Amino acid sequence: MQLQVDNVSWSVDAQKIVDSVTLSTAEGEFVGLLGPNGSGKSSLLRTIYRLLKPQAGHILLDECNVWHLSAREVAQRMAVVMQERTGEFDFSVFEIVLMGRNPHKKMFDRDTEQDFQLVQEALQRVHMESFAQRSFLTLSGGEKQRVLIARALVQQARFLVLDEPTNHLDIHYQLSILELVKHLGVTTIAALHDLNLAAYYCDRLYVLKQGGLVAAGTPAQVLQPDLIRTVYGVWSEVKLHPLTGKLTITFLPESSVARVG
Amino acid sequence: MTTSTITSHTTLTSSRTEQRRFWLLLVGLTVLLLLSVTMGVTLSPVAIPVGTVWRIVTAQSLRVLADLTTLPLPEWIRIEETWSTAQLNIVWLIRFPRVLLGLFVGAGLAVVGVTMQALVRNPLADPYILGISSGASVGAVSVLAFGAFAFAGVYALSFGAFFGALLSFFIVFMMAQRHGRILPTRLVLSGVAVAYFFSGLSSFITLTSDNRELARAVLAWLLGSLAGTDWTELVLPVIVLTVGSLALTLQARSLNALLVGDETAATLGVDTTRFRRQLFVTVSLITGTMVAVSGAIGFIGLIIPHVVRLLVGTDHRRVLPIAIFVGGIFLIWVDIIARTAFAPTELPVGVITSLLGGPFFLWMLNQQLTNRGGA
Repeated sequence: MQLQVDNVSWSVDAQKIVDSVTLSTAEGEFVGLLGPNGSGKSSLLRTIYRLLKPQAGHILLDECNVWHLSAREVAQRMAVVMQERTGEFDFSVFEIVLMGRNPHKKMFDRDTEQDFQLVQEALQRVHMESFAQRSFLTLSGGEKQRVLIARALVQQARFLVLDEPTNHLDIHYQLSILELVKHLGVTTIAALHDLNLAAYYCDRLYVLKQGGLVAAGTPAQVLQPDLIRTVYGVWSEVKLHPLTGKLTITFLPESSVARVG
Repeated sequence: MTTSTITSHTTLTSSRTEQRRFWLLLVGLTVLLLLSVTMGVTLSPVAIPVGTVWRIVTAQSLRVLADLTTLPLPEWIRIEETWSTAQLNIVWLIRFPRVLLGLFVGAGLAVVGVTMQALVRNPLADPYILGISSGASVGAVSVLAFGAFAFAGVYALSFGAFFGALLSFFIVFMMAQRHGRILPTRLVLSGVAVAYFFSGLSSFITLTSDNRELARAVLAWLLGSLAGTDWTELVLPVIVLTVGSLALTLQARSLNALLVGDETAATLGVDTTRFRRQLFVTVSLITGTMVAVSGAIGFIGLIIPHVVRLLVGTDHRRVLPIAIFVGGIFLIWVDIIARTAFAPTELPVGVITSLLGGPFFLWMLNQQLTNRGGA
C-alpha cells in the first residue's frame, strides 16, 4: 500500500504546526520521520491516520483520499501504534489484541476461531504468547509496545504508522521492536527520535523542522553533520560502521568540538 | 506436537472457559432474579404465601395475554382462585409492578453507569454523582410546575426528564474537558457543581410555584422512591431499557475501544464524534426515563459496574448483560430493605443507596488517588 502526503498543512490559531509537507512511501518501504521535539512529527502522523483534518492538502492511501473514506475503512487499511495508556480500566493482553479485529467486524458479527487464531499467531510473532491472559496494565513499556504491534498485525492492515515506537524503552526492546516491524514487509512510516536506529532500519528518511520538511532521501543522503547541526543544534561525526555497513552517528559535546576546532 | 500448537490450544481453551463461565453466571443470575422477584412480592408486613403469589401472577398474566390476543383461555389452563380480592390487589396491583419497576430502574441505572464510565473513561462516573439525575429532576419538575413539553402528552414528564438529563450531561462533559482531554478532578467537581445547581433549581421552581401538591411530589424525586408504582408506569422504562441496552451491547466493541482511549478508538475504526453523540443521547434517554418514574436514585451506576467488572472483566460484551441482572437484583433487594427494615415506616430507596454508595464512592476515590500517587 502506498501513502501520498500532498502539500499538507495543519495549524492551531494561525500557528502552523505542519507546514506544506509533501512526502510519499513506496510499497513495502520503511520510511522514517525525524525531527526534534515539537517539530510536528506527531501532528503530521495524526493527519495521516485521519485524526486531524488538514486545513490544506490531501492524504492519499493508494490514490484514495482518507477523508473520503470512513474511519472504519481507514482502519481496515491502516494500523497505528502509539503510546497508549488504558487508565484505570484493565483489559487482558488477549482482549487488547483482539480489538484489532474491530474494523473488520459488523455489529452482529461474533468472534470466530479464525480471529482467535490470528491473535495467537500475532502474539507468537511478538513473543508474547505466554502473556495472553495477563493484564495489560501490569506490563512493562516494551511489553505493552509489543502487544500493540500484535494488535496492528491482527488488524491485517497493509500500512503501518508508528509514533515513537521505541520511546522510553530499553535498548534491547528498541532493537527488537524495529527488527520485528522491519521484517513484517508492510509499508511503514515511523516517527523516530534515535538517529542511529533510523539510519539502521529506515529505507528513506524525511526530516521536519518547525513543521516544514528540511531534508528527504536515503539515510546516507540525509544524515550529514551539517543537517544534524541545523536541525538538532548539535555537532556530530557520521561514519560507516564496519560491522553493520550502515551509518553510525556520534554526537559531540560542545566542549570537545571547541578543543578540536 | 510443536510448542506453538500447544500454546495456541491454551489460549483458545482459556477464552472458551471464560465464555462458559459467562453463560453459567448468566444462568445463575436468572435464577437469582426469579428468586428476588418472588421475595420482593412475598416479603412484606402483610404476609402472603409464595405459592399464592405465583398462582396469582400466573393467572393474571394469562388473563392479560388472553385479553391482548383476544383468544378465549382454554378450560384446562384455568387456575382455581383460592385467594381473596385483597390479596389479588396487593400482589398484582401494588407489589408486582413495584418489584418490576425496581428491576428495570436498577438495570437501567447500572447500564447508564457502565456507559458513562466508558464515555468519560473514569470509574467514578454515575448519573447521580455527575448531576445528570438532578438535571432530569429539573426537567420533570418543570413539566409539573409549568406544564412544559405539553406536546408529548402522557410522556411529557419523561420527555422533560430526558431533556434535563441531556442538558446537564452536556454541561458537565464540556466543563470536564481541557484541551480535548477529560480531567478526572474537573469531571467530579463540575458534576458536583451541576448537581447542586440543578437541585437548587428544582427547589426554587417548587417553592415559588402556586401548585401545592408540587412540594410533596418533588420531595419524592429528590430522595428516589419506587412506592405507588402502577402497571402503566412500566411501559416506557421497559421499552427504553430493552432498546437502549440492546443498542449498547451491539456497540460493545466500540465501547471497549473507547475505554482504551479516544485515539485508539479512532484508529480502530470508530467514528468517535458520532459514537459519543449516540452515547450521550442513550445515557440521557435511559436516565431521564428512570428518573421520571422513580426519582433520583443514586450510586447504583457507580457500585454495580465496579462489582460486575470484578466478576467478568472489562469487555462490555460481558459487562453490559451482567450489569443488567446485577443492577436489577440489587435494587429489588434495596427496596425490600426499604419497605421492611423499619416497618411500618417506609424509607425511600434513594436513602439506602446513598448510605451504601457514599462510602463506596469515597473508597473508590481514595483508590484512584492512591494509584495516581496522590495527584
